[in-house]
Amino acid sequence: MSGYAFALGACVLLVGFLVVLLRTRRLREKYAVAWIVVGVGVCVFGAFPGAVEWLARVVGVQTPSNLLFALALIVLLLVCIQLSAEITTLEEETRTIVEEVALLRLDVERALLRSVAGDAELPLPADGYSPLDAAAPLDGVPADHVGASLDPAAPGDGETSA
Amino acid sequence: MDQAPTARLLVIIPALNEEESLPQVLADLRVAVPHADVLVVNDGSTDRTAHVARAGGALVLDLALNLGVGGAMRAGFRFAQREGYDVAVQVDADGQHDPADLQRMLDALVAEQADVLIGARFAGRGAYAVRGARRWAMTVLAFVLSRIAGTRLTDTTSGFRAANRRAIDLFAAEYPAEYLGDTIESLVIACRAGLRVRQVGVEMRPRAGGAPSQSPVKAAVFLGRALLAMLIALSRPMTEREVRR
Ligand SMILES: Nc1nc2c(ncn2[C@@H]2O[C@H](COP(=O)(O)OP(=O)(O)O)[C@@H](O)[C@H]2O)c(=O)[nH]1
Ligand SMILES: [Mg+2]
Repeated sequence: MSGYAFALGACVLLVGFLVVLLRTRRLREKYAVAWIVVGVGVCVFGAFPGAVEWLARVVGVQTPSNLLFALALIVLLLVCIQLSAEITTLEEETRTIVEEVALLRLDVERALLRSVAGDAELPLPADGYSPLDAAAPLDGVPADHVGASLDPAAPGDGETSA
Repeated sequence: MDQAPTARLLVIIPALNEEESLPQVLADLRVAVPHADVLVVNDGSTDRTAHVARAGGALVLDLALNLGVGGAMRAGFRFAQREGYDVAVQVDADGQHDPADLQRMLDALVAEQADVLIGARFAGRGAYAVRGARRWAMTVLAFVLSRIAGTRLTDTTSGFRAANRRAIDLFAAEYPAEYLGDTIESLVIACRAGLRVRQVGVEMRPRAGGAPSQSPVKAAVFLGRALLAMLIALSRPMTEREVRR
């Protein structure tokens, strides 16, 4: 197999792989666009090696392959930066969700305790157990309501007023 | 400053594996500020911190993942905001902050018309000493942040703070989770939002138990990271919320 056919085959495989990932929703389009541009560019350069030499002359790079390396580095750098930015966003979103879940959990806990203890201002479990702990030995809360109350699969757990 | 004697006070305690020292802190708080509600933000502790906190009469926010002090504090400020507390105070779970100082801090918050009040070391009280790189870093930070705040601040990394409603609203929306964000950057955010930051001297005690998060080895790294954190915080563009004030 000539090097030419090999390079061209590899480029086509790359683009095909990206399309498969996109179609199966394993890759969101906002990340795929960059890669498809890269893939198509690589295909063009693979099919017409003369294009690289022409481009190198135009931008004033002596060795055409060095131009390719430089371009590849720049693309990878940009992708890395994009991923770091996306991770930062994700971390911020995770943080917000974790905080929100904790606040909700406290709300649920207090609602459960209130339903047991009457309407104290800020009901507290004096024994150190949360009513959401499976092992919570809370008087007045039916055993099947304790710890199971957040389980959407458990039927008929809607209210705790036994 | 709508702080009547009936002001509702929330004490927020960020805690990571502090089952040893937390009970004493809770007991001290009940003596020092009996009218306050106490919220322990348990940040994925692997020990019985949550249990000890509930047994000590505190509300417990259980974070499912470790978010660091900044994440824990924002969760606490959100709770304070939603429940309509007038003042929120941060107290460490390791026993270094003496709840007996709290009343003085609360009084100063009103007297100095401050929005954020820091309980600070090196302000004429106590004999707490820090050495080496960490000390230089603290001096530089104190100098720069004093300029920004327009007042003398001696202990910008202190986690002993009181915040009024205005500050609670700001911090509930923006409390940085980055390294040192909970101390230095939060002060920068407060100053840039036009909040009044003041301090009173307090005495800090050695840890009551458990292990401190700073070892001597980390002290040198602290200097660089602290300055970087501050520079980034200062260069950040104003958010819409900050500009509006
Ligand atoms: N929520 C939360 N609290 C933490 C974390 N790391 C430390 N803390 C708490 O923050 C407080 C101060 O921690 P400490 O290690 O004493 O820091 P230092 O006083 O600045 O040396 C203590 O109450 C710790 O329990 C964390 O990752 N998450
Ligand atoms: Mg400490």
